[in-house]
Amino acid sequence: MDETDESRRPSLDEFVSRSGIQVSYTEDINDNNEFFGRVRNQLAACQSIDRDIIVLSDWMAARMIRLGWVQKLDRAKIPNVRANLLPSLLTRSYDTENRISIPWQCGLAGLAYNGNVTKELRTVDELLTRPDLKGRVTALSEMRDTMGLLLASNGHDPANFTAAQFDDALNKLRKAVDSGQIRRFTGNDYAPDLAKGDIAACIGWSGDVIQLSSADAKVRFVAPDSGAMLYSDDMLVPNKAAHRGNAEALINYYYEPAVAAKLAAYVNYICPVRGAQAEMEKLDPELAANPLIFPDEALLSRSTMFMALDEQQERQYEAKFQQVIGA
Amino acid sequence: MTRLARHRLLPYLLLLPGTAWLLLFFGVPLAQLAAASLYDPTGSLSTGYAMTWALGNYPDVVQAYWPQLSRSFGYAGLALALALLLGYPLAYAIARKAGRWKNLLLVCVVAPMFTSFLVRTLAWKTILSDSGALVGLLRDVHLLAPDGRLLATPFAVVLGLTYNFLPFLVLPLYASLERLDHRLLEAASDLYASPVQAFRRVTLPLSRPGLVAGTLLFFIPASGDYVNAELLGTPNEYMIGNVIDSAFLVRLDYPQGAALSFLLMAVILAVVFGCLRRAGTEEVW
Repeated sequence: MDETDESRRPSLDEFVSRSGIQVSYTEDINDNNEFFGRVRNQLAACQSIDRDIIVLSDWMAARMIRLGWVQKLDRAKIPNVRANLLPSLLTRSYDTENRISIPWQCGLAGLAYNGNVTKELRTVDELLTRPDLKGRVTALSEMRDTMGLLLASNGHDPANFTAAQFDDALNKLRKAVDSGQIRRFTGNDYAPDLAKGDIAACIGWSGDVIQLSSADAKVRFVAPDSGAMLYSDDMLVPNKAAHRGNAEALINYYYEPAVAAKLAAYVNYICPVRGAQAEMEKLDPELAANPLIFPDEALLSRSTMFMALDEQQERQYEAKFQQVIGA
Repeated sequence: MTRLARHRLLPYLLLLPGTAWLLLFFGVPLAQLAAASLYDPTGSLSTGYAMTWALGNYPDVVQAYWPQLSRSFGYAGLALALALLLGYPLAYAIARKAGRWKNLLLVCVVAPMFTSFLVRTLAWKTILSDSGALVGLLRDVHLLAPDGRLLATPFAVVLGLTYNFLPFLVLPLYASLERLDHRLLEAASDLYASPVQAFRRVTLPLSRPGLVAGTLLFFIPASGDYVNAELLGTPNEYMIGNVIDSAFLVRLDYPQGAALSFLLMAVILAVVFGCLRRAGTEEVW
């Protein structure tokens, strides 16, 4: 990816010239659910979706694995993944062997605020109850991120909770919606509103917020002490993909620390590749020290991934959550 | 083939492409949707959906989403009232008073439609923004409390609906007002009708076909809309379109989504037929 020219992607170009494999890169996944709706029928009917590799969020990757719609990869073809995947990502419950769903970039869901229009914000409870924020708060419509943060703020573990604990957290959210504290539930679209100050604080994603911070230092991301949610966007090879070997070559390429560092310098997400930090020192020492790209132990230890849900649970929890967020 | 037979067949042959198109791309999906609305609600992607003629899906969704259903028709109705207040005088002015500006004004009504619906709605987000000039002004003149806002309120959603669908109301109204024979109004005034009486007894009844067509063209998309509620409202303003969207894409509850879609269609059809029966079809189309 290149900031000055949208059509140029240096890291991908290098892959093409090095391997001789032609890559056609399309940005056609705007939203996990929308994309799922688009390819569901083909994949369920065991047809090809004409893509060799796709990148989806962890929970959607888990669903695809559960439905058996993606392929296991050949470990021998992706040695870099085994060697360089961050230790904290090695034990993802939906892919314990790390050979179906390989993290592309990671990020945190946490709090964000605009220091131009409000004072510092540190906890989820402040976000949900502070009177000066009333009606100027948004939360994510992604259940796992919003509910995970609320569960953690109640002292429960988002990676391992009971239905009763979920209901507790949901009640907390419902109160904030009913009182008018929370104005809206959003996807990525909270970012411009936060930058403008229409919303003063929100639940948001680290990558978006870092990008806003670089334009206006008063927009800050906060990983609350009670815990932040770690998510990953994963590379997957769908069933019937025509060129699995090429997809594996691409995955392996992006797990070279030097390549990963180059990419991380552009995308500002947490880099899942060990060794990239050392490479980044050479490129840009300032970014190498950024904990939201290369998180330190303290931050990692209070970031968790949301519990893996089976279909029944997913539907139940999602239905309850959707009731509260109004749809 | 005799000439007579060919004459008989011709209309059917002419109908064939259109009918085939409708059957394939409207009839089949609609039938599928109808079937999905009767699937066993406990089905899932991994276990599959079984056809159990679960008519219970319908009362279930009405019960669960009554607020959003009534809100949809409430907001669409309010927006329609506002649009009539704005649109009728506008259409009247363009049709009867604009003179050589007529075409330019018509273009002005239609021009916003050249940009995407989404972009226009996003533009309203900027106009109504908390830090924008409009809210600032309203706060300064104390029409809005110092911490008051326009965005993310029912007002913003109704305003968005009114704005986005106004041209659908104005154009048919314009067409029927434009055709109105001016001599009838002269005759009315010759017979000592006041301008108000002439309007009530002549203009209004004669513009009824446009009024009915415009109302339908406005009300149908407005009540099913979900973009305005999503972008300009909050969860408390969500309409039935938002629920259907989430049923299909997020909750993966296909039977519920399908049942709601059908219900929405049924209510709208009932409204349409009600309107047409009162107005008479020939007058409208």
